[in-house]
Amino acid sequence: MKVKSSTENLGVIRQFVEEKASQSGIDKSIIDKIVLAVDEACTNIIKHAYNYDASTEFVIRVLISKEEFKVLLIDHGKSFDPSQVADPDMPTYLKQRRVGGLGLHLMRHLMDTVEYHNLEGNGNQLILTKKIA
Amino acid sequence: MAEFSTKHRENGEVNIIELNGYLDAHTAQHLEHAISDLITKNKYKVVVNFEQLKYISSAGLGVFMAFIETMRTNSGDIKLAAMQPSVYNIFDLLGFPLLYEIFPTETEAVSKFNQ
Repeated sequence: MKVKSSTENLGVIRQFVEEKASQSGIDKSIIDKIVLAVDEACTNIIKHAYNYDASTEFVIRVLISKEEFKVLLIDHGKSFDPSQVADPDMPTYLKQRRVGGLGLHLMRHLMDTVEYHNLEGNGNQLILTKKIA
Repeated sequence: MAEFSTKHRENGEVNIIELNGYLDAHTAQHLEHAISDLITKNKYKVVVNFEQLKYISSAGLGVFMAFIETMRTNSGDIKLAAMQPSVYNIFDLLGFPLLYEIFPTETEAVSKFNQ
């Protein structure tokens, strides 16, 4: 699916991913994790890659095999390589009353792998993978 | 999709905010306004009732982080209550129970303020 880069579309995106996962017979607890991870990834694209510019768009693609449920997100906004960002130390985060910056941390916890590819002039690709078998 | 609403009630000195629906980066602003509104009225004792909340993302968690200090420095707090297990799991995954008191029921959260 292709969506306008607006937080207004997060609900539709979640529904799309949930339907695909349900059709694949994946457990509800796993579906919840995938849906939240995709929400966090899309929120980051809308916020950071496109800086809330709702005239832009990004693509969400789902690839399902016997072993894995993969979600590919492709945008043409500002590049962001998650491998360059360390997870926050949560006790320190909470002590300092920080706000934001938990999306990537959650994605890593909820999914098996989070991969980023710079498509060299053809945008950014984030691949979220969950093992389902 | 992404419907979200809040309701405000008072129980003595304690302000109850009931959450309903889906709390994400789109709807978090709605909750921010609801809590800001209480601060404007110098109301710092807040219980958030999560019973009807179906979903939360990190944007929703951020709202509680943004206001906790203001409430506590004014002799109040934000206490959380009646979360569905799927919502509690997200709070727990990120270690939020270290900072927030989370109660099984709204009544218990309100009682804690009155102790």
